[in-house]
Amino acid sequence: MKPCDYACHTGEHLVNRRLFLGGAAAGVAGFAGFTAPAAARELAAGQKRMLVIFLSGGVSQLETWDPKPNTDTGGPFRAIPTSVPGIHISELLPQAAKRMHLLTLVRGVNTAEDEHGRGANIMLTGRRAEAGIKYPEVGAVASNLLEKTNRELPGHVQITPGGGSGFSKEDAGFLGPKYASITLADGKPPADLLRPAILTSDADREREALRRKLNAKFALSRRSAQTDAYTESFEQAAKVVAKADAFDAGREDPKAADRYGRHDFGRHMLLARRLLEKGVTFVKVTHTNYDTHHENFDFHIEQLSEFDRPFSMLLDDLADRGMLQSTLVVVMSEFGRTPRINDRYGRDHWSKAWSVAMAGCGLKAGAAIGKTNANGTAVTEREVHGGHLFHTYFKALGCNPTKNFLPDGRPVPIADPKAAAISEILA
Amino acid sequence: MNAPTDPTKTRLLTELKHARPLIGCRFDPSGRYLFASAEDDAIQRFDLLTGAKTSLLGHKSWVRGLAFSPSKGTPVVPLATVQMGALGGGATSVRKPTPFTLLSGDYHGNLLWWNGVEEAPKPTRTVAAHDGWIRAVAVSTDGATAATCGNDNLVKLWSIADGRPIRTLDGHKSHVYNVAFHPGGQRLVSADLKGTIKDWDLGTGSVVRELDAKVLHKYDTGFAADIGGIRGIGFDAAGTRLVCTGITNVSNAFAGVGNPLVILFDWKDGTAKQLKPKEAFQGTGWSVGVLPSGTVIAAGGGGQGRIWFWNPDDGTNSHTVTVPANARDMALHPDGTAVALAGANGSCLLYTMTPAPAPPASPVAPAKKA
Repeated sequence: MKPCDYACHTGEHLVNRRLFLGGAAAGVAGFAGFTAPAAARELAAGQKRMLVIFLSGGVSQLETWDPKPNTDTGGPFRAIPTSVPGIHISELLPQAAKRMHLLTLVRGVNTAEDEHGRGANIMLTGRRAEAGIKYPEVGAVASNLLEKTNRELPGHVQITPGGGSGFSKEDAGFLGPKYASITLADGKPPADLLRPAILTSDADREREALRRKLNAKFALSRRSAQTDAYTESFEQAAKVVAKADAFDAGREDPKAADRYGRHDFGRHMLLARRLLEKGVTFVKVTHTNYDTHHENFDFHIEQLSEFDRPFSMLLDDLADRGMLQSTLVVVMSEFGRTPRINDRYGRDHWSKAWSVAMAGCGLKAGAAIGKTNANGTAVTEREVHGGHLFHTYFKALGCNPTKNFLPDGRPVPIADPKAAAISEILA
Repeated sequence: MNAPTDPTKTRLLTELKHARPLIGCRFDPSGRYLFASAEDDAIQRFDLLTGAKTSLLGHKSWVRGLAFSPSKGTPVVPLATVQMGALGGGATSVRKPTPFTLLSGDYHGNLLWWNGVEEAPKPTRTVAAHDGWIRAVAVSTDGATAATCGNDNLVKLWSIADGRPIRTLDGHKSHVYNVAFHPGGQRLVSADLKGTIKDWDLGTGSVVRELDAKVLHKYDTGFAADIGGIRGIGFDAAGTRLVCTGITNVSNAFAGVGNPLVILFDWKDGTAKQLKPKEAFQGTGWSVGVLPSGTVIAAGGGGQGRIWFWNPDDGTNSHTVTVPANARDMALHPDGTAVALAGANGSCLLYTMTPAPAPPASPVAPAKKA
């Protein structure tokens, strides 16, 4: 079986409609101590959204955002100029280079963790894992803090290259299942989301009416917060089912599909655009795989050529539709790759000096903060770690990440209190 | 006359050191010089006669394609006669080298011309030949035409005399990893990432046939990436056999877990035979050739390096030599007695396939008088 660092194919991620709906029900009942309404009121204007593009396996900073050509670590690729004078990125990202004026680079990331799972945890939660507490991932936090009233679609969706579609209750940590992600494996909706053909619409309506009648009867004598939550979850799930076409990228203009690229990642990015437009608060798209211990250069040519165009098209579309100013886009991995090139033309895991790219909401566009030394082996200026980035995301989204969540009445800071936002890149 | 070769007697002659990991290597047409490219974008010229090492500076990226256009009638300097130079610890005489042109192709797509025997060679011509990497360079048997191939999925033919483009051969659907001229002078083969070998008619520029080496490619669905490609290719001197090599049986693309494999084609009918290492070795075959005896030789590696020999008739791996580093490329000496390896550890290792000379006889002690 493949390790779960990549596309997980385990049966536990395969769910059906019943589990999907049940998960939503558990979410409503599972957590009541969050500060979402207050945080939501803090939003400066309009609905904020967040898109994370997770380059799974650990993309090379030297082949992307922080090239070091003609050095002992630089590899064979050029650094090319971008639309921002003075900022160069790898020649493997020619489309992104033309959109540097939309991007913000953080080149001094040191997360000090070279293991896939722990590295991903740091990047997705802004903290190292701790015993006794399960911190929520960025998508769950965004879904919570940016929560809309009358939400019709899930607030937290991830699009993975493979595995099973369904409900991933673990990634919300102490926020509870309500903020956990719905996984759309290969961009496909949860199994059985749509009403099976054998069940007629009339029968479905009658069935739902019976459920409502029994619910109402039960509530007359034994109504509680729990039963209200259960009822609400069904209504929420029904809204999702009614909006099922939001999950279908095939309904997009074929010309858009051509622009994004007729491959899986192109389709997934187009679906991400669709979901964000339809009102989903947080979308994470995983592009696999960058764990290039062997043939780093050949593999980065292949993977980044697939990444570059749809990423750039999505930036264009968000900008053209006026959504970029309210959407935070982050391109991250669990870590970067070693400056040293190994004997198989590979690069290994490296968390001490790597890069994250961002765009959109609340950021100074066309900026690059942080520096590494001449051959990229160490951060020399404005070193940051996962905590700084986590603060930055939510500050950029107009939230106050120094506030607390209140799981079980216990205050837990939204972001690591030992870190702070990277103020230099905040607009 | 060349010394008799015996692959089972293969032994290290010398180690030519460089500070950076090597990528490619080739002997010049006379066999006096060994050229090796490295991760520092430079090409090193090792003079086996004098022991001199000269850096050829001009590329701005890595070089894997190295090929030569010789002067007519270039005499081969048998390796056995250069033992007073690099191999012997100091030059006692310097012969006048026979001129030749070196062509080198880099990962920025540039093809450079050099006068290979100059004391400090400089590029004499630079041509922006391909969009993306040049992965291989070959020269026709008459020395007049160069072929290049690369990541733009194209094969291009060039006039070596003036750098003029002659023809573009378009048809591959993936990066073209290797190219070789048939010794007969009328055909050329090009081989790509997906394991497709195209046999081109040089007169018409059309594909005569395709040979199947797809076993040297895999799309790894777990990592969502292509792995493999034809990393080495070559003909025997008579042009009756074509060999190519790479990696097969890949179970983990990003860790390079797979096995080296050579495919031996009968040039006439295109039938293929797989030549496998006897041991369960993990790694890639990076280069392959055919010795004058007909023995197939390949080199490659993973964590370690290997030289493998096969009997072409029954496909048996007749001998294997363990080498200390991943052999990223292999060059056959023109006298047919030696090979050089481009080591990932920065060493160019020169191996001879001739038996070690017998130790000098000990003086016989005079018999004691009774």
